[in-house]
Amino acid sequence: MSASRHDRVSWLRQPGVLAALPAAIFLLLGFAGPLAMVFGYSFMPPKTFSLMQPPTVENYISVFTDSYYISFTWSVTLAAITVLLLFPICYPIAYGMAKLFGKWATLVTVLVAVPLLISENIRLFGWVLVLVKNGIADGSLQTLFGVSMSGLLYSVPAIVLGLVYVYLPFMLFPLVIGISMIPDTLKEAASDLGASRWQIFREIELPLAMPGILIGGILTFILALGSLAESKILGGQAIVMIADDIESSFTFAQNWPKGAVLSVLLIALSGIIVYALFRRIDLDQIIGRR
Amino acid sequence: MSEDSSSFLELDSITKKFGDFTAVRDISLKIREGEFFTLVGPSGSGKTTMIRMLVGMEQPTSGEMRLQGRVLNDVPANKRPTCMVFQSLALFPHKSVGENIEFSMKIAGVDPARRRQRAEELLTQLRLPVNYYDKGVNQCSGGERQRIALARALAFDPQILFFDEPLSALDFRLRKTLEKELKDIHKETGKTFVYITHSLEEAMVMSDRIAIMKAGGIVQVGSPHEIYNNPVDKFVAQFMGEVNTLAVEKAGARSVRGQADGATYQVSRMPEGFTSGFLIIRPEVMKIGKAAERLKNRVKGVVFNDYALGSRIQYQVRATATNEHWLVERLQDDPYEGKVDDTVSIGWQPADSILVSE
Repeated sequence: MSASRHDRVSWLRQPGVLAALPAAIFLLLGFAGPLAMVFGYSFMPPKTFSLMQPPTVENYISVFTDSYYISFTWSVTLAAITVLLLFPICYPIAYGMAKLFGKWATLVTVLVAVPLLISENIRLFGWVLVLVKNGIADGSLQTLFGVSMSGLLYSVPAIVLGLVYVYLPFMLFPLVIGISMIPDTLKEAASDLGASRWQIFREIELPLAMPGILIGGILTFILALGSLAESKILGGQAIVMIADDIESSFTFAQNWPKGAVLSVLLIALSGIIVYALFRRIDLDQIIGRR
Repeated sequence: MSEDSSSFLELDSITKKFGDFTAVRDISLKIREGEFFTLVGPSGSGKTTMIRMLVGMEQPTSGEMRLQGRVLNDVPANKRPTCMVFQSLALFPHKSVGENIEFSMKIAGVDPARRRQRAEELLTQLRLPVNYYDKGVNQCSGGERQRIALARALAFDPQILFFDEPLSALDFRLRKTLEKELKDIHKETGKTFVYITHSLEEAMVMSDRIAIMKAGGIVQVGSPHEIYNNPVDKFVAQFMGEVNTLAVEKAGARSVRGQADGATYQVSRMPEGFTSGFLIIRPEVMKIGKAAERLKNRVKGVVFNDYALGSRIQYQVRATATNEHWLVERLQDDPYEGKVDDTVSIGWQPADSILVSE
């Protein structure tokens, strides 16, 4: 068919395009726009508040020569630890919810989801009351066993606890979906062919649940990478995570361009990690769609 | 422990209850080594539950299963020397054709070169191209997937192979081809095959012996020939396909009276203690028109319709007295001399009918 003038404009009137338009406009203004602004600010001279200055890479140079790699490393390390802890914690629960609990699975879903309705900060302050010196944990230990654990709060383990606690649902629910997609007959067939429970897990369950595992892993990794409240509320001055640096650049230091550079680098880091994972792992191939 | 070949696999009063529901009721059965044995029954007859107990996916509520004298009840599924081809086939979607076939050998720790050699042998035996080894199972057609599932089960080298209606999802022609192929593979391997299906026709083609199940129990066990010629009751007779059934009661030593038309029909043999039941006559032994005129057992009716069945032609005749529908078959090249809507006689020889109780 020849591309007449009429053909070139008619795609605009297609129902799919029209239906997507409101969401597209919203995303453009609310998502792409701010990102573009952050990207723009990262090339402005330090401590300026206008996007109209001549662009410079000065901020990038100063970030790379400064010691920001420390907070980047903390963020990546703690995000990785969070994912590695969440997987073994969530897998058995997800397995139960997908295959064993039956009608009780709904109750577990509600129990896991309801805390999400309460602000993350408030829930973390709850943990402060538990972990603080002479708090619930320390006080109970003193009363019951006569030992004092006063150093629980404001430490790296406390931050990890907070991250694991806050992001648990984001690992759990993708896993539930991933595991429930595995037909029981495949496991029966593997057992019939001589496989033990461990072999069934390794050969059948794990590869077929991989889409859920990857999505849960990426989701929690990215969320933990950009987390702020856990390190501030539960970590105190123990360490500085990158989101902390970004926040103080924008607020306390009043240096928007530097905050923008750190944001751009964090987004780039997340993007590279996700891209590399999906490049190496073909989800369709794993579950045999292709 | 020495066991004679007549009880290779022995089921002794097997019962399975799910809560209040009894899925399998007191089944005792002896399956011989090397035979093709088929459990046939409509859905809900307990045949799937039976086979799931045999492979170890369900536990019997009571009774004992023995393979060559060894009690199977407490042997877990992955330790039983048996294997099943699933209704859904249950091929592993994330593994290639070769990896699927080799699965049991990989589990058993067979070395990769030996595994591959055996997988390729099986591909050849099941008429699949050897280069399918690396193909994804979801890229294969229905018939190919069927063969892969069978190859995977054969690779396990089971003492008994179970089949849970694996052909039921296929179209008619492919099913017919695979039924024969399966029987050929049974002969080639010499293994004991235990097959379940809801189609007695399918069972007839392949089996050495058939057990017919109904509501959790076994109604009849026998060779296809025995079951075809001597069904024990109306259920078995009707299960075999289209038959004429007439509700009758005993009239004399060699005669019965139709409950609807009150007419008397001769039978060649009267079962002991018979009072009332059904007279079963197959459409292909029924005569119509001139051929029926001199028969003792006759019904008058109107030819309502005719159906071409390939090699045969079938007539539906509606009895004048009772409006009961009768089916009569003739060979395609020897049709009945009259026309549709003609009033005719239909009839049968006493020896061609079967008298069964309820």
